[in-house]
Amino acid sequence: MLPCNYACNTADHATTRRAFLGAGLGATAALGADGFANPVHAAELKKAQKRVLVIFLEGGVSQLETWDPKPNTDTGGPFKSIATSVPGTRVCELLPLAAKQMHRIALVRSLNSQTDDHGVGHNVMLTGRKMEPGIVYPHLGAVAARLLNSNANALPGHIRIVPKGGSGFNGADATFLGPKFASVGLGDGKPPADLFRPANLTPTEDEQRDAFRKRLDERFAKSRKSAATDAYTESFTQAERVVKQAEVFDISKEPEKVADKYGRHDFGRHMLLARRLLEAGVTYVKVSHSNYDTHHENFDFHIEQLAEFDKPFSALLDDLADRGMLDSTLVVVMSEMGRTPKINDRYGRDHWGRAWSVALAGAGIKGGAVVGKTNATGTAVTGREVWTGHLFHTYLQAVGLDSTKNFYPNERPVPIADPKTAAISEVLA
Amino acid sequence: MIPPPRAIFDPTTARVERELKHARPLIGCRFDPSGRFLFVSAEDDSVQRFDLLTGAKTSLAGHDSWVRAMAFVAPAAAPAPLDSVAWQQVRAASQALVGFGAAVLPAPKPVPFTLVTADYHGKLIWWQGDSDAPKPLKTVAAHDGYARAVAVSPDGTTVASCGNDQKVKLWKAADGSAIRTLDGHESHVYNLAFHPDGTRLVSCDLKGVVKDWNLKTGKSARDLDAKVLTKYDPTFMADIGGARGMAFKYDGTAFAVCGITNVSNAFAGVGNPLAVVFDWDSGKAKSFKPKDAFQGTMWGVHFHPGGAVIGAGGGGQGRVWFWKGDDPASIHTLNVPTNARDLALSTDGARFAVAGANGTAYVYNFTGVGGPPPTPPKK
Repeated sequence: MLPCNYACNTADHATTRRAFLGAGLGATAALGADGFANPVHAAELKKAQKRVLVIFLEGGVSQLETWDPKPNTDTGGPFKSIATSVPGTRVCELLPLAAKQMHRIALVRSLNSQTDDHGVGHNVMLTGRKMEPGIVYPHLGAVAARLLNSNANALPGHIRIVPKGGSGFNGADATFLGPKFASVGLGDGKPPADLFRPANLTPTEDEQRDAFRKRLDERFAKSRKSAATDAYTESFTQAERVVKQAEVFDISKEPEKVADKYGRHDFGRHMLLARRLLEAGVTYVKVSHSNYDTHHENFDFHIEQLAEFDKPFSALLDDLADRGMLDSTLVVVMSEMGRTPKINDRYGRDHWGRAWSVALAGAGIKGGAVVGKTNATGTAVTGREVWTGHLFHTYLQAVGLDSTKNFYPNERPVPIADPKTAAISEVLA
Repeated sequence: MIPPPRAIFDPTTARVERELKHARPLIGCRFDPSGRFLFVSAEDDSVQRFDLLTGAKTSLAGHDSWVRAMAFVAPAAAPAPLDSVAWQQVRAASQALVGFGAAVLPAPKPVPFTLVTADYHGKLIWWQGDSDAPKPLKTVAAHDGYARAVAVSPDGTTVASCGNDQKVKLWKAADGSAIRTLDGHESHVYNLAFHPDGTRLVSCDLKGVVKDWNLKTGKSARDLDAKVLTKYDPTFMADIGGARGMAFKYDGTAFAVCGITNVSNAFAGVGNPLAVVFDWDSGKAKSFKPKDAFQGTMWGVHFHPGGAVIGAGGGGQGRVWFWKGDDPASIHTLNVPTNARDLALSTDGARFAVAGANGTAYVYNFTGVGGPPPTPPKK
């Protein structure tokens, strides 16, 4: 088992939240002398705390049926484009509500993610790096949790809401940042099963049991501490945090009107839960919407899936704005790839990473900006090609972080974001 | 020498009579009531008219989205269909008699008819289908979203359409004015067809719910179950299915819907083609499956006047399947060189056509004469 020498726990190497707040936000003054403890400024701190929400459209959403329509061309398919709240910017008719939010959204229409593979695409989009032998880069969620998270936060900093399946701790996505920043997965938005104390166990018995476990852990760690034991221990810490704020996970606490705005289907519930988690101080939430891998009947399936996406996405932007959170919450709509401009004989579109789109909104983003261009049929980028590394820099700089710094796992410098790329300044406010 | 009509319908005599090419993949196809024209719709938003007598191709421009649905308003008593192959032979013979360079025998004037087409944007267009250069006569914003199917009542007075707004709508065929809306479906309505007696209309939605509408009351008289043609794929979290084709038997004793069943992977289209044939009186359903283990969707189904059920479809390849009478075991299969996205049958049953994803409409006859049966495409 690997030793557990994680990145940047030393003062020299740390990019701390406090440093970020001072340098990136200029918000320290508003937080009082101790930076965090002044109750007068608690609300301001809540607003200033940067957060990231990634909406991940699983399977590879079609850029032509979303952000970069090419109506009435050989590749355009049957749908038309519609006007948006930004004059001159048009999106596919399947996003009528998102179109009204375009003044809050920046589009990058020239992404070349250089892969047509689901697994690789997922990885490069969330790490901003090509996969390399010898090193596994942490996902955006772990990076955000590491660099933005407050130690005082009672909830895990990195949460994934997935459409189904089990829930659990220690997603394999923090790598050298350590298990503290690994994701907690919520299958169907539900906290992990068996998290709460069984009814037949008294609180005292539970405490005694936990104390005994901790003693054993500590004794074991003295001689055989490893990444695996750390992960194991951390999962209990994360579980404790979740249990303490169990109400956050209960969206029935939301007014009916709000739930209606998000939509009563699974994805609507998951997006509403995401907002609750962000509001409760979770630094990074990834919500997945399944599925867009439409090799067959691309158009019918995009009608179905995007109708489910459009309403909660629009509701979320309104909700964040109404709560004063949009300026401090970066919202990214991404996928592991786009879909081929060519329509296959089954009315499908296949895997495509060469020229597709990502949408950003909220913290640090210049709403209404459109960066990059594809040709008339969407088969190639014709201007301002960007890679996943450019996006990764952009995400971090949008929330005020210096993405050109390093992590130091095993005292070896590892750039936080790919140094061959830089932020897309045109979308940054 | 033109072989005499065969007394007994024999699907093994199906041969490719002609291949009609277009530059873009085709979506739908229909013969006009006289059988002179084949109309095809394509991924370039156009409808193309092929004159089977003269070979002329005419483009109908007016839609700004894909068209799959086409139907015809024709005189009550349509004249007997022309034998386009025989006529071409007569023309060639007359040209040979008068010599090369002489004026060719002019084609007879087509029988007048109106064409109604429907598109992905919910728009219906009326055309004078037989004119030299058909132009839109009337455009109706019929549905909020994709207008998936259109049909004309047997008396030619009413046009019915359906779409993703979950509605079935009736229009006056003469002027496109609205008659009534039939509400009741709870998912996208994929197809519809009039009963030959004109008093009833059936429609089928994405979830396989078939509604039998009483056109006098505007109410659904009964629901029939075609759920075998639909599935919620839990892996991809989406619904797949619906009636991709729908047709009544000429005597009104049965109707068929077709699509995909046994779906194991909705997003790759992994499933089997299927036609479900309903007995009209009892509402009992019978599944008509291809004999071969083919993966894909059945995109079109028709009842041949000779009593057979014909289905066409495709996955990676294309097929036409034949079933005889009430026997649900297919008796004959034709390989089509491309995914067959729709099936058209001429009124007299002499020809059928498939709309190819490769941009070619393949027209078949049952003479046993013509191109050799297509060879199966390489896997």
